[in-house]
Amino acid sequence: MEEYGGGDLLSEAMGSAARVVVVEDCVEAPGAFVLHLLLKRALASGGAAAFLALAQPFSHYDRVLRKMGCNLSLHRRNERLHFFELLGFPGGAREGTIADRFVQLYNEIQRLVEANRTGENAGQFTVIIDDASLLEIVALGSVNDVLDFLHYCFALTSEMNCTLVVLIHEDIYADEENIGLLLHLRYIADLVIKAAPLSTGLAADVHGQLSVVNKGTFGEQRAKAQKVWNFHFKVKENGADFFYPGTRH
Amino acid sequence: MAAAGGRTLGRSSFSRATSNPVASSSGAAGVRIGPNGAAFVSSGIPDLDRILGGGFLLGSVVMIMEDADAPHHLLLLRCFMSQGVVHKQPLLFSGAMKEPRLFLGTLPAPVSSSKEDGRHRAMGAAASSDGRANDEGLRIAWQYKKYFGDDSRAEHKDNKQEFSNDFDLRKPLERHLLNGQNIECVSIQDADTLSSLQDCCSAFLSKLPRKDGGSLTAGRIAIQSLCAPQCRYFEKDWDMVSFIRSLKAMVRSSNSVAVITFPSTVLSNSFCKRWQHLADTLLSIKAIPDEDKDLAKLLTGYQDMVGFLHVHKVAQTNSQVPVILEASTLSLKLRKRRLLVLERLNQAPVDGSTGPSSAASSSCSSQGSQLDF
Repeated sequence: MEEYGGGDLLSEAMGSAARVVVVEDCVEAPGAFVLHLLLKRALASGGAAAFLALAQPFSHYDRVLRKMGCNLSLHRRNERLHFFELLGFPGGAREGTIADRFVQLYNEIQRLVEANRTGENAGQFTVIIDDASLLEIVALGSVNDVLDFLHYCFALTSEMNCTLVVLIHEDIYADEENIGLLLHLRYIADLVIKAAPLSTGLAADVHGQLSVVNKGTFGEQRAKAQKVWNFHFKVKENGADFFYPGTRH
Repeated sequence: MAAAGGRTLGRSSFSRATSNPVASSSGAAGVRIGPNGAAFVSSGIPDLDRILGGGFLLGSVVMIMEDADAPHHLLLLRCFMSQGVVHKQPLLFSGAMKEPRLFLGTLPAPVSSSKEDGRHRAMGAAASSDGRANDEGLRIAWQYKKYFGDDSRAEHKDNKQEFSNDFDLRKPLERHLLNGQNIECVSIQDADTLSSLQDCCSAFLSKLPRKDGGSLTAGRIAIQSLCAPQCRYFEKDWDMVSFIRSLKAMVRSSNSVAVITFPSTVLSNSFCKRWQHLADTLLSIKAIPDEDKDLAKLLTGYQDMVGFLHVHKVAQTNSQVPVILEASTLSLKLRKRRLLVLERLNQAPVDGSTGPSSAASSSCSSQGSQLDF
């Protein structure tokens, strides 16, 4: 958490060794702000990032991150941020075409990761996907293609020492039948960050609650580390506040 | 500005002082510039514009979840379309009906006639300065302000004449307005796939490229009952979400708003959630039964109410802070059977033991839980 320079609850809960971070959210409590924070941290710590944006155009992220003190346009020009504008990503009408598109996309990411490793500033590389359920829509419901793609990205984390951050809308998978994608993501995750609304309803001072489950705490040094964290959050323009319930007035 | 999280738009003391002059000088009718580089068009209901912090955001997809039994969503859709016609904005309408053009005949007319409208516009400056002076005078007697509700409302209307109109739901829109416009109608009832609608939308939106600054012509897309069971593509759930995704991508890069109403009950749970996630602004409408004695006792003004409007999500562009409204459930009322207004729910005072003011202040949170939907 030192490298992030933030002493807030979220970085404390996240630790530093998480390779795969899955962010879950729902309609009532959007979790996109966690992605923004993670993107900012990835770039601020001297690393590079690839951002697969299926939910919003670049201008949106640029303006949001600028208010948080991170100039995406500059990072993009310096080739630290590789932004994939996939808002209009063409879906595959026929069998096979979508698999090809995913392979193409993966190849591009892999090329970037390799280039980053051989380059002189060999910092951490982060792949961020916003969001996985839109990937499913792009694939017209072909879960296997999405799973293949995610698995390849996952393989990058162990082979190439990079980090994968995936946002997924958890409430879509509340039904038993189509829970596959969510279960798979939860399985490969070292860290699950889940945003949920307050059970008492909307509030102006507390926007919801985060639960962080840290699964990657096998190492000796983290034997005593806490595994499950629960705290409230409030999203602000320049970041977010994290605090324990009742410690804020 | 950064620390003011959870703000209620348009009400914070940090709102840009120049926003009103900018809006009036932006050139195009019916487009208002807001904070964060946002531009709004009116929903056709002044109350809804105010609640959403300025109106429907240009470049966003608004979804309205229909009530399963009553067609109240059509009220919102009609006001939205009429407002577009009044502002002479291009309009694309698509519905699950044989002759969508017939639906245009049911659009409501603005309350003030066009002649009066012109006079208002001419006197715009005078009226607004007059109104401000009026307001200054009233400041002394602020505690009596509630008794001047109608006055302040009229003044409020004068200022926003350009942006949004009140619509008389019993008076149809004049024919000549409908004929001289670029209004396109598409029927989706007999289509096997949504690709034809998608082509129409992309052709429609290609005429409205996004420009930052300069004069803006905003387009409106209204799609009624996108997933109606009588449509042939009804079974193709993935095609529908894929259509919405591509529509969203197209709308984002153009100068327009798309409003989609859909009967959420015919979708499976997981797809219903997918649709909700795809929406930028998400509203739901619920009708209230005619004679519900309990509700009538609980709420003031029950006799005018036709239903409840619930605001689930408010579109946010270029900002990550969610909009937290004072009240997310609002009553949909027909005033004098013709004007559509939205009001916060007001609990009837209990036997006069508590003052009406305390009842009103507590109504927001308690109502939210009692009327859960």
